[in-house]
Amino acid sequence: MVEHAATALREFRRDLTPTATLCLLILSLILLAAILAPFLAPYREGEILTTGSFVSPGEGLLLGSDYLGRDLFSRLFYGLRLTVAVSFMIAILAFLVGCSLGFLAAVLGGRFDMLISRLVDALIAFPAIMLALIVLTALGPSIPVLVVTIAFIDSTRVFRVARALGVDIVVQDYIEAATVRGERFGWLMWHEILPNALVPLAAEFGIRFTYAILFISALSFLGLGVQPPQADLGVLIRENMQGLLYGTFSPIYPALCIAAITVSINLLVDWYLRRNDASSPEDLQ
Amino acid sequence: MNILSVIVQRLGLGILTVLIVSILVFVGTEILPGDVAYAILGQGATPELVANIQERLGLDEPAHLRYLAWLGELLRGDLGTSLTNGAVLNDVIGERIGNTVLLAVVTAAIAVPLSIVLGLVASTRPDSAIDRLISTSTLALISVPDFLIAVLLVSLFAVQLGWLPAIANLNRVDGFLEYARVLALPVAALSFTVMAHMARMTRSAVLNVLTSSPIEMAILKGVPKWRVILVHALPNAIAPIVNVIALNLAYLITGIVVIESMFNFPGVGRLMVEGVTTRDIPLVQAAAMIFCSTYVVLNLAADIISLIANPRVRHPK
Repeated sequence: MVEHAATALREFRRDLTPTATLCLLILSLILLAAILAPFLAPYREGEILTTGSFVSPGEGLLLGSDYLGRDLFSRLFYGLRLTVAVSFMIAILAFLVGCSLGFLAAVLGGRFDMLISRLVDALIAFPAIMLALIVLTALGPSIPVLVVTIAFIDSTRVFRVARALGVDIVVQDYIEAATVRGERFGWLMWHEILPNALVPLAAEFGIRFTYAILFISALSFLGLGVQPPQADLGVLIRENMQGLLYGTFSPIYPALCIAAITVSINLLVDWYLRRNDASSPEDLQ
Repeated sequence: MNILSVIVQRLGLGILTVLIVSILVFVGTEILPGDVAYAILGQGATPELVANIQERLGLDEPAHLRYLAWLGELLRGDLGTSLTNGAVLNDVIGERIGNTVLLAVVTAAIAVPLSIVLGLVASTRPDSAIDRLISTSTLALISVPDFLIAVLLVSLFAVQLGWLPAIANLNRVDGFLEYARVLALPVAALSFTVMAHMARMTRSAVLNVLTSSPIEMAILKGVPKWRVILVHALPNAIAPIVNVIALNLAYLITGIVVIESMFNFPGVGRLMVEGVTTRDIPLVQAAAMIFCSTYVVLNLAADIISLIANPRVRHPK
């Protein structure tokens, strides 16, 4: 077992390209910053340090202050933390729902498959942002509403990928063998379908995670996502847009944080698919 | 099957889709849990105000009757009245829809041809330096949020260089040059994201066609490369490319909502965001119906164009 893991690790390191290494490094740093935000940030999130708006960087304020005189550098840590946490919850939820329903549809087929597939078709034919805006009008923005809404939208995409993978797998001989052996339904899903769909699903998880980050940031940027005094990266961009007119680059830092995460994940997914010689989950839909 | 009957069938499907969309919009805004009247009023809810709003929304009637009434008014072209200020939505939206259409059309006019050319160039020389340049830069572009591009553009062209306005104020604008100046940044920000998606999809669509057997045959016969692409590959790639364009209109719709808000552009997208903030249900319903129906109609058009472009459909056996 240990030997097996060691070989896998060696092969993994052999296959790493410079780009993939860089992306992994950036993502690890970002994850660390998100987890350790309260320890790494020099000031507290809401602490007002100066009376000036958009003070230029320097004198203990690494990236200057925001419009209320709070330390932008510290707020970036907390914003990163919130964005990563919320997006992660969205991606996990979307996966739980999308994968279970997708595999179920693939295995059961028939009327169940038809019903869910048509429903998903109808939902996908609907621009995602419109769906989100409608729900937010009815329920108002709060983090649980945002997580469930975006996860719901995302799960339709996961469903399609999981179903397509499942349909390919259920016709294989080993599934038939397992069925003949008398394996139960849950065992089939967990031991036969899931392991064989793992590579494209891992890639899909990366794609859905970036999608969640972009979506929640866009909503927050519009003022319809996370509500102040809480701030994720989208709120930070919104709050600091005025700073551009003061000649600072304040909204650019949170925007670059988002870009660093999403670009790294996308490049990593690209590398991962190439390494495993798998086609993109986007092509499966 | 006759091509006309196929088209009629697609049109019927399109109408059905719009109907489903209208149900989704209505269900989404009105039947979700929570008393809408309380939600709109928030802490200032008094029993009289709640009753007033419930009456105006007709909440005392059953949902399916309200849906039919709403749909009937929509079909007669009546979008209703705003909840927040009682304005007639036909006027409010009518005033702004032209601006949104202008933004979308200018963006499409720039982004569509450019991205098709980029996709074609990349697909004809797969894995060459230029293909890798196009593929990597478009991957980077689709990974970054559209507002990052917008923020960078504003910071550079509006603040640092001072060449273009950061706010798209169309009120005191006349003459072509003025319009171009005001539209430049929003259009550029929108085009980048849409173009990246479209160029990538065009590339894979054309690559798919280029590796098909009739094209390989043409190459083997020694047909010149430009002839292979323009005469043999392009006609077969029209259908997938048109579909790519239609698919990307979804990004354009999302982009319009974000970019309009960012530049304070007086369009329907920003109006809708304001409607969500003030929980102006009739306004959001109307805007959502406009965006979604446009999307359905354009997808339908793409569908029909690719049907007509497909020789197998045009000349049935």
